[in-house]
Formats: sequence, C-alpha cells, structure tokens
Amino acid sequence: MDFLKEAPRPDGGHRDVAEPQAKRAALEIEFDGVTKRYQGQDAPAIDNLSLRIPAGETCCLVGPSGGGKTTAMKLVNRLIELSGGDIRIGGRSVKSLDVTTLRRDIGYVIQQVGLFPHMTIAANLAVVPKLLGWSRDRIDRRVGELLDLVRLDRSYLKRYPAQLSGGQQQRIGLARALAADPPVMLMDEPFGALDPITRAEIQDEFLRLEGEIRKTVIFVTHDIDEAIKMGDRIAVLRQGGTLAQYGTADELLSLPVDAFVADFVGADRGLKRLSLRTVRELVDHDPNQQIPPGAPTVSARTTLRTGLSVLLAAGADVLVVIDEQGERLGTVTLDRLREAAGARPTEETR
Amino acid sequence: MSPMLAVRVSDGPIIPDFDEPDCRANERFCWGWVVDNWPDLQARLVEHVYITAIAVSIGLVIAVSAALLAYRYNRFETPFVTVSTVLYTIPVLAFLLVMVQITGIGLLTVEIALTGYTLLLLFRNTLTGLRSVPPEVHAAAAGMGMTSRQILFRINIPLALPALMAGIRVASVTIISLATLAAFVSPLGLGRPILFAIGTQFVTGLITAGALAIVLALVADGLLVLATRAVTPWARAGQGGIR
Amino acid sequence: MNIVIDAYDFVRSNPDQVLGDIWGHVVLSAAAVAVAIAIAVPVGAAVGHLHRWSFLAISGANVLRALPTLAVISIGITVWGLGFVNIMVALVILALPLILTNTYVGVAEVDPGTVEAARGMGMTGWQILRRVELPNAIFLIMAGVRTATVFVIATAYLAGFAAYPDTLGAVITNPTLPLSQLFAYTVIAVALAFLADGVFAIVQRLVTPRGLRLTHTLAAA
Repeated sequence: MDFLKEAPRPDGGHRDVAEPQAKRAALEIEFDGVTKRYQGQDAPAIDNLSLRIPAGETCCLVGPSGGGKTTAMKLVNRLIELSGGDIRIGGRSVKSLDVTTLRRDIGYVIQQVGLFPHMTIAANLAVVPKLLGWSRDRIDRRVGELLDLVRLDRSYLKRYPAQLSGGQQQRIGLARALAADPPVMLMDEPFGALDPITRAEIQDEFLRLEGEIRKTVIFVTHDIDEAIKMGDRIAVLRQGGTLAQYGTADELLSLPVDAFVADFVGADRGLKRLSLRTVRELVDHDPNQQIPPGAPTVSARTTLRTGLSVLLAAGADVLVVIDEQGERLGTVTLDRLREAAGARPTEETR
Repeated sequence: MSPMLAVRVSDGPIIPDFDEPDCRANERFCWGWVVDNWPDLQARLVEHVYITAIAVSIGLVIAVSAALLAYRYNRFETPFVTVSTVLYTIPVLAFLLVMVQITGIGLLTVEIALTGYTLLLLFRNTLTGLRSVPPEVHAAAAGMGMTSRQILFRINIPLALPALMAGIRVASVTIISLATLAAFVSPLGLGRPILFAIGTQFVTGLITAGALAIVLALVADGLLVLATRAVTPWARAGQGGIR
Repeated sequence: MNIVIDAYDFVRSNPDQVLGDIWGHVVLSAAAVAVAIAIAVPVGAAVGHLHRWSFLAISGANVLRALPTLAVISIGITVWGLGFVNIMVALVILALPLILTNTYVGVAEVDPGTVEAARGMGMTGWQILRRVELPNAIFLIMAGVRTATVFVIATAYLAGFAAYPDTLGAVITNPTLPLSQLFAYTVIAVALAFLADGVFAIVQRLVTPRGLRLTHTLAAA
C-alpha cells in the first residue's frame, strides 16, 4: 500500500522517467463511531456515525441542512477535527497522519470551485504536484493529461480562471483535485452552483470519468435526485448527525427504513426507482405472445420510467422492446412495470 | 518680502517663573502652569473645534454637491478629482502662507485653505457610496414605480451614508491635525500653544498642547463612530480599504 | 511681484541647496514608508490570515490615524528630543494605518472558497498566506502604500519643526524667507507627490498578477 507515502523528491530528474505511471489503487474509507461535538453546543453535530465505503465506490451523503453531511466529509481530510471515534482510509487512521500530507493525498472539490485567480489554469493544476515536489517534466506531462481527462482543449492552459465559464471552471476544479492521482476524493456539493443543463453535462462527465479512474468518492449533496444518479451508495443523515439509512439507491427507494427516509427520498420514489433500471431487464422473451394493436415500441436502453410514460401516453398496456439493431427483443407489460415500481411492504407511518 | 506672521517662534512671554524649581529649569512637567493657563488653553481648544467644524461643513456642502453632479454626469468626476488631489498634496503650511498674501491674516484664510483639504476625501467617499447601490436594487425600485428623484433620495443617498460618514470621520481628524498649523497665519487654535512651545522648547507646553490636540482628535473620531452607528443602523461603521 | 520668475531664478541660482533638500526629503519619506511597510504588512497579513484580533488591530490603526502630526512632533520633543527620530516617528504614525488597514482588508477578504480549496489540498498556513492570500491582496496593499507615500511626502516638510535639516521643510517652515522661495518649494513638493503617485501606480500594476487584473477588468465590464 503506497497511500500517503512521501512522494519522491526531484533529485536529478532522471528518476522520473523510469517511474511507473501506474494508477494508484482506490482505498476503502471507514467511519467508525465518529462523533463531532462543538464547544458550547449540547447536541453533537455528528453522533456515532459508522459506515464503510468500499474502495472505488461513490458514496453520496444526503440529508436536510443541519444533518452534518459537510461536517462528516470535512472530518475525513481533517478540515474539522474528530471529537470521538475514528476514520480509517485503507485501514490507516486519519489521526495517525500528518495533516498536510493527508490532504495532499485526498482530492477536494467544493461548490465555490476555489480556483486561484492569480494563477493560470496550468499553474492551478500544478499546485499539488508542486507541493509534492514533482519534477518540472512530470508536472507538465500530468497537466496535459488532466486537461484531456476533463475534455478541455490544451489551449486553456495559459488562460486565467476569470476567462472560463462556470462549467469550465468546475471541470478544472475537478481536474485539479485529480492532479496527484489521489486514492480518495471528497466533493462538497460540487455542481450545486451550475445551471441545470451544465450541471447534467458535468454529472455525466464525472460518471464517465469515475468509470475510468475508479476513486473512492464521498459526494455531499442536498439533492436526492443527484445522489440517486451519482452514488453507488447513499447515506441519509438526519438532524443531529445520525445515520438514518445507508444503502444503494434501489434499497432506499424500495425499502425506506422509516418515515423520515421515505419522506426525504420523496413520495414519487416508485417513479424514481423505475428510472434506475432499463426495460431490457424486464423483457419477456416469449416469441409466441400476442402483440395487441397500437402497442408502442421503445429501445432496450429506455429507463422503466420513460417506458411507463410512453405506455400511459399511448393508452396501451404492452410495450414492444427492440435492441440497437432494431430487432424485436420481446415485450414489457404494464403489470410488470407496476411490480417494479412497487415498494416492498414497509411499516410506513405517515 | 516675507509673510506677516501672527506668531513668531521668538515671540511670546518668557516661561513663567514658578515656585517649583524643576519647572523653572524647564526640566519636567508642571501642573501649576497648566492650571494657571487653563482658561487660555480652553479658548484655543474651542477655537480649534469651530475652525474644524466650519471647514468640514463647507467642504461637505461642496463635495456632496459635486458628487451628486458627478453621479449624474460622469464627465465631472475627473476634473473635480484632479483639482482636489492637487489641493490635497500642497503642504498646508505653504498653502496658508500663500493665501495670506491674498486674503490676509484671519479666519477666512484658514477656512479657505482647510476646506480645500476636505474635498478629495469627502467627494470620493460620497461618490463611491452613491455608486455602491446594486443594480438589482435600482431595478426593484424602478419596478415599484419610483421616479429617478425618489430613487436618489430614498435609495442612493441613504445607502451612501456609511461611506459618507466614513469620509466625514477621516476628513475631521485630518483637519484637526492640519488646523494646528493655522496658528502660523492667524492666532487661532491649539497650534498657537504648540508652535510657541516648539519655538521655546518649553516642556510643559509641548506636552499639554500636544496632548490636547490628540485628545480632541480621538474624541472627535469616537463621536463620529457613534454618530455613524446612529444614522446607519443597518450597517456597521464602514471599514474598507482605499483603492 | 513676479513670484514665478523669482522662484525660477532662485532654483536656477541655488541648484545645490535645492537638489540637496529634495534628496533629503525623498530619503526621509522613503525611510518612513519603508519602516511603516515593515511593521504594517506583517501585522496586517497575520491578522487578516488568522481572522483574529482584527478589531484590536483596526482600532489601533484608527487611533494612530487620528493623531495630529504636529502634536506627535511636539510631545516627541519631550521624549526623544529634536531630530531624525522625532520626525521619523511622526511620519511612520502617518503612513502605518493606511498600509495596515489595506493589508488586513486585502488578506482577510480573499474569497473563502479559494482559501478553503488551498487548505483542502494540503497547503500549510504559511503556504496559503505566501502563495494565495498575499498575491491576491497585493493590489490593495500597494494601493495603501501608494496613498501613504503621497501623505508622507506632503507632510515631511514638518521636519523643519523637529529641527531635522535638509528637507523641503527647510524653506517651507521658515517664514523669514522670501515668498518666492516658499512658492518654488511648494511646487516641488506637489510635483514630488504626483511623481511618487505615478511611480507607485505603475509598480502597483506590475506586481498585480495578470489573472487578477483580468478579474478586475472583467468585473468592471
């Protein structure tokens, strides 16, 4: 495990050439009975929070304001210090590490982006590598790679943050956090300040990126739809910083543990659940079935939610599913969709 | 030709003879002199206050009018700033001595010179204040059907008050400082005992007159802070940088 | 009567005295501003960086700003006598509050998001100050230095009252000399102040990072 080992200092420059460019492996993050208490406040901000985020997964922290989601995240890179319990990254306690070394090995993205206005884009991207003492060559190479990674033209290197749009600035913010290839990323409402279209674009971009680079990510958001889209797992925190529920989006939507979570994920959670899956998963392949006249046709990649919408609009109750080549795969009935949306029995007490 | 002077450093009474031997030798501070000369010192203090008040008041009328004009018509800004900057950089003493040639010895000369030094500070702060109103506030006011005159008097001027008050505060302490030199051309203000003490190196006078000027400046500064809070309850006393 | 011609003749016929007094005036002003920078910038930067004790520092600066210069010279005579130290203290007191206030405001008001990003990526407090806060504050700091320098140059003639020789004050504070000499020195004093202002305006532009100049112009547009 190479996490948090001192990066090689430039000592002649030749060493870099032979250096393996291998990606660093993502690491598991574990909250173990974490508590944060502020002086002069009776109620803790975070109360006995335990959860494990497997290496390479994205965990979204959601909850109402006052739920302590940002606090919980900042405990990881010790922008806020723990009062009790422990946080371990790849098995090592954050308390056992030098705070600046720890932070240089954790990517950090915030809503205000926080690009340094007096530095060019290239200089912004080079900050952490420089702090780590990389050689000039290696930094230059990395800065180029980073721009490719977030799909911005290399002509941006010489520009200043003031010359970029909000979406471009946040892409650079993301690239800057990835500069030293950290095993862990912390993201605090990173796309919250962007307009809905730019926001959706950069969300998709990040999903693609995360598919490539596989970091362990803690992603704070107040928007349950964003959490469903971005998170492998979602942790719902409630007022007072206790964990209400931790699980996959599907688990949260189908089996909210209590009224608080059910309310938070929304009364339309059945519909949201449908948007997690595609019609391909529900296709009935029986070749002998009867296709009623007027049955609408959709692609196999359509989400169940869109499929339902198409059915309702057409006034039909059977959906014909075709694949990318236009071949008929089979059908999906309204009953199966209803079943897929249906919450499994819970003691909902509203 | 040399300017006529109200006070010459060589003029004035000899250091009064007091019973305390140290005081006669001018070696230390003696309260006896302060007590004996208090009526005189008090008169100088009062003069200093009104010299300052008059200069700041006249400066305020001129600077605020000019700022309102420059707010409406941008082209007035540069000439006014240029003239008031030149006035501001002239050494006060030189200004006073030159003005004596034209307006003679007396309060008028002093006030003309001192007013000149208030203009830059008051003008810049007022204009900055008037312009500090966010565009959306203007849009909202116009949207509610306020006329441009109503917007000026109900929105811009109240919102410019913190900056204006900060300007009055800086101008007042500056004029209190500069007015100590008024004694060169007219026998008024705390500058008289200060210049006399400097000329004679009279320890008790140096301390007493200097301290009175300092106390006056600090009290004026404090009172203006309180006044600012009173007239701008929505904002804390402005504390910004100079650009 | 023709004071302008008399003034010109005086300067022409006494170049050594005039140049000597200008040089002395500049040296005294530069020394006072340098001492003020050496005290005000570290204090202002520390207070702005820590976001602590700012009330104390700013109130202190306001008190210093209120002190009448001639009163400081007057009381100074009883403390350190006449001469260099006396006028120096008075001029530093004049320059210091402006530089301190601007340094504090410049450092304290760097965008919190920028500072949080710097801390989050593992910069030490010193690195944040040195690489992020000071470059962002330099425009305001230089504005303070610029104004302070103009103040000091316009006031340094009071050296004459502190019996410190060879400044423009040698003529300006001596009422026995002809008015033409006073006029000549007054014009020189104003010219020096404008010259210093111009020089510092250029320096201010040069030391402001390009990315920030863009921010200023884009914000103005």
